[in-house]
Amino acid sequence: MNKNKKIQIIIDNKKIDCIEGQTILEVAMENKIDIPGLCFHSDLDIKSNCRLCMVEIKDRKGLHASCSTKIEPEMEIITDSPKIKRAREINLELVFAQHPKEDKNYTPGLNYHLLELAKKYNIRTDRFSNRKTTCPIYKFGPSVVFDSSKCIDCRNCVDVCEKQGIGFLEIEKKDHFFQVVPSKDENKDCIYCGQCVVHCPTGALMAIEDFGEVEKAIQDKNKIVVFQFAPSIRTSIGEELGMPYGSIVTEKLIAGIKKLGADKVFDTSTGADFTTMEEAGELIKKIEEGTTPCITSCCPSWVKFVEFYHPELIHNLATTRSPQIILGGLIKTYWAEKENIDPKNIIVVSIMPCVAKKYEIERKELEIDNLKPVDYVLTTRELTHLFIKHKIDLKKIEPQKIDNPLGTHSGAGVIYGASGGVVESALRTAYKKITKTELTKLEFKQVRGMEGIKKATIEINGKSIKIAVVNGMGNAKKILKEIEKNPKLYDAIEVMACDGGCIGGGGQPMPTDSKIRKQRAESLYQIDNEKEIRLAHKNPIIKKVYQDFLNSKEKIHLICHTKYSPKKRETKI
Amino acid sequence: MNIKNIITKLEENNLKGRGGANFPTGLKWKMVKEIKAEKKYIICNASEGEPDVFKDGFILENYPEEVISGIKIALETIDNSSAYLYISKDYYRKFKKDLEKLIGKHPITLLKKTGGYLAGEETSICEVIEGKRIEPRIRPPFPSQSGLWHCPTLINNVETFYCVAKIAKNEYNKTRFYSINGDAENEGVYELPEDYSISRILKETKNWPDFDFFVQSGGGIAGEILLPNELDQMIKGTGSIIVFNRKQTDLFSLMEKWINFLIEENCDKCIPCREGTYRIAEMIKKKKIDKKILDDLFFVLEESSFCALGKGVASPIRGVITKLLNE
Repeated sequence: MNKNKKIQIIIDNKKIDCIEGQTILEVAMENKIDIPGLCFHSDLDIKSNCRLCMVEIKDRKGLHASCSTKIEPEMEIITDSPKIKRAREINLELVFAQHPKEDKNYTPGLNYHLLELAKKYNIRTDRFSNRKTTCPIYKFGPSVVFDSSKCIDCRNCVDVCEKQGIGFLEIEKKDHFFQVVPSKDENKDCIYCGQCVVHCPTGALMAIEDFGEVEKAIQDKNKIVVFQFAPSIRTSIGEELGMPYGSIVTEKLIAGIKKLGADKVFDTSTGADFTTMEEAGELIKKIEEGTTPCITSCCPSWVKFVEFYHPELIHNLATTRSPQIILGGLIKTYWAEKENIDPKNIIVVSIMPCVAKKYEIERKELEIDNLKPVDYVLTTRELTHLFIKHKIDLKKIEPQKIDNPLGTHSGAGVIYGASGGVVESALRTAYKKITKTELTKLEFKQVRGMEGIKKATIEINGKSIKIAVVNGMGNAKKILKEIEKNPKLYDAIEVMACDGGCIGGGGQPMPTDSKIRKQRAESLYQIDNEKEIRLAHKNPIIKKVYQDFLNSKEKIHLICHTKYSPKKRETKI
Repeated sequence: MNIKNIITKLEENNLKGRGGANFPTGLKWKMVKEIKAEKKYIICNASEGEPDVFKDGFILENYPEEVISGIKIALETIDNSSAYLYISKDYYRKFKKDLEKLIGKHPITLLKKTGGYLAGEETSICEVIEGKRIEPRIRPPFPSQSGLWHCPTLINNVETFYCVAKIAKNEYNKTRFYSINGDAENEGVYELPEDYSISRILKETKNWPDFDFFVQSGGGIAGEILLPNELDQMIKGTGSIIVFNRKQTDLFSLMEKWINFLIEENCDKCIPCREGTYRIAEMIKKKKIDKKILDDLFFVLEESSFCALGKGVASPIRGVITKLLNE
């Protein structure tokens, strides 16, 4: 079969050119023909469970699932008929018979595909009683909540957890039904990546929400509330508010957060520049000492994975704190000192593309003078919800500039949001540190892009630095196998638990798929490209803070570094 | 025994699969033989998991030589192949020794079935052997294109292999095996011409009741319900006839038995089968049938279930309700 062979089919009397090998659903989606469905996700293998995407095919008996039926030349497809409508409505009604008919916790912006479908099809809810009322609620760390009474057994979460190489979510037979349950195996634990959340069509899996606490803090007149937002948010949150994928909304986002009542808005990208400085230093040191690989540690899911599944690699993890933690620490020390504010009265709120970041801020070893560097983490979706709730329309809002001093950042600090960004930023700075000269060409295109594993060898001063960049935990496990055989295979390894890096994070807007991830990432690189300062070490605020504040080993250690320790299972069932 | 032209012979004899789906055997063999692949598999399905059906067990007990001979013919016909004899737990216990002796050093692995009814469905068998969760696969690709470990795989019922051996020896008389039980007078397995009608089978085996009755034919769960005046037809599905004394049969317990079995045995993968079956069970247990709801559930089960198990839920229940329950 020729893979790119063009064929023509007919959908609803319309001739459509498509490529052999595609499914009916894929062609329909590309052509904006609406076919409902719950279990299909382009990141995952086709399961064809929900039976909502049924269509008719001329001269073939019965109904056919469009997600699992491949197109054939001259195929004539009908996507709406009384028969199709009847099947969809009854199946949807049956789904709802295992789901609460109303959801008190329904929060606009947090995305429930199922409720939208139910509304659209105006399905009956009076014929069957809910069979799942007594199903339990599970909590995975401070990050994810699984209300199994809302689960419709589509199994996307099980598949994505398996794809992540974790297999924490399992299927178990209980009371005659195979149900999704967290594993009881003490050798398995959730790494809080939240991919189950972004692949759940019903809101059964959700981030544990903290926006209520943040609203209270804003109301509290004794508190100075300082927000920071991660690099990737500026190219993703626009989607939730009706803008095209990859829309760059940095200054509107700042204005929106200000309107919520934030006292200051700083940029996590500034924190990322500090991370770059420290991490470049660690990389150089490890190369000199011969203790490579140096493995990134910005991704809290990855760190948890190493601590739980591969503690033997702990000494390879960069001790450099993640950008949000360094920035939070600086806000409560450097900035508090400067502004003469008691750091106890500062509440730092991070807007993150991630649910594992909620876990990261709870780590005791990060505390500075008994204070958490960051008090609350909200996901992109939670912030969207706050915008909707407080009637803040990003499309209309007047843009505002970032606050300073902790808002000035380099382009390198922005590309942290895409897989490869951390290594690229570190290399730009490491090059300077090693050679004392600046790179003439800043882009390391080999480490960019959506591929799960990217490998490159970079020559600096006649020395080859071997690099692996990984996104998606399943891919990380492949690299681990490689270094198990040959520990010196790479000098630097960047790992992000989610596909595409933070732009595909578990706290990001839904839907998230490969095309959307790509657009979000491209916009980050565009921001970098257009920035005057594209190197962390050229960022004036970095220079100033190192000069005025981070001027001793002890201080640098206190604010910018941490430690890791082997972990036992944390999730209790 | 000349097996060179076996596929032609299968076609000439118009042999159809005896697992219940009636797919032309010669065509299936041809597809697996002709597709190019480094490795191919043959699976003999003797997992017989439907209650009250026992003709496969009878064949294993009485004609194991023919069965193994049929598998060997497949091994010789299909290049680069090895075989599994996939067999229910009960039959494994009973016939393991005899079968192992017959298999000898041939590349045939005797494999005990894990799981229940669904584990007998051909794509589910592939999942079982690969050590995965027992669920049917999306078709196409069919096992003959991509089955076990993604290799072309020939899956036939144990009786089909028996027939292949008979055809190879020119001893095939176009017969098939029928298990008869229930309220039948002369329970057992009978080998009779494949074109016999149900009434003729019952009469020739002296099983035509002298009381008011109905039968379930083609399977002890998914088989269809037929009244005495509907028996002038051949069996659809697997070779089984269960006779019920109409007066003495509690129809709701009968339906409850089926539906409990289905709830327990289905894989819960697709919505119509998982939820539809459960909702039918609710009504049957309460003995309160809402015909409109039932009709809706039958509709999605038959029209939108993922596999044949779900598609087959409706038929026997519909039969009881429309033909036997007088309201």
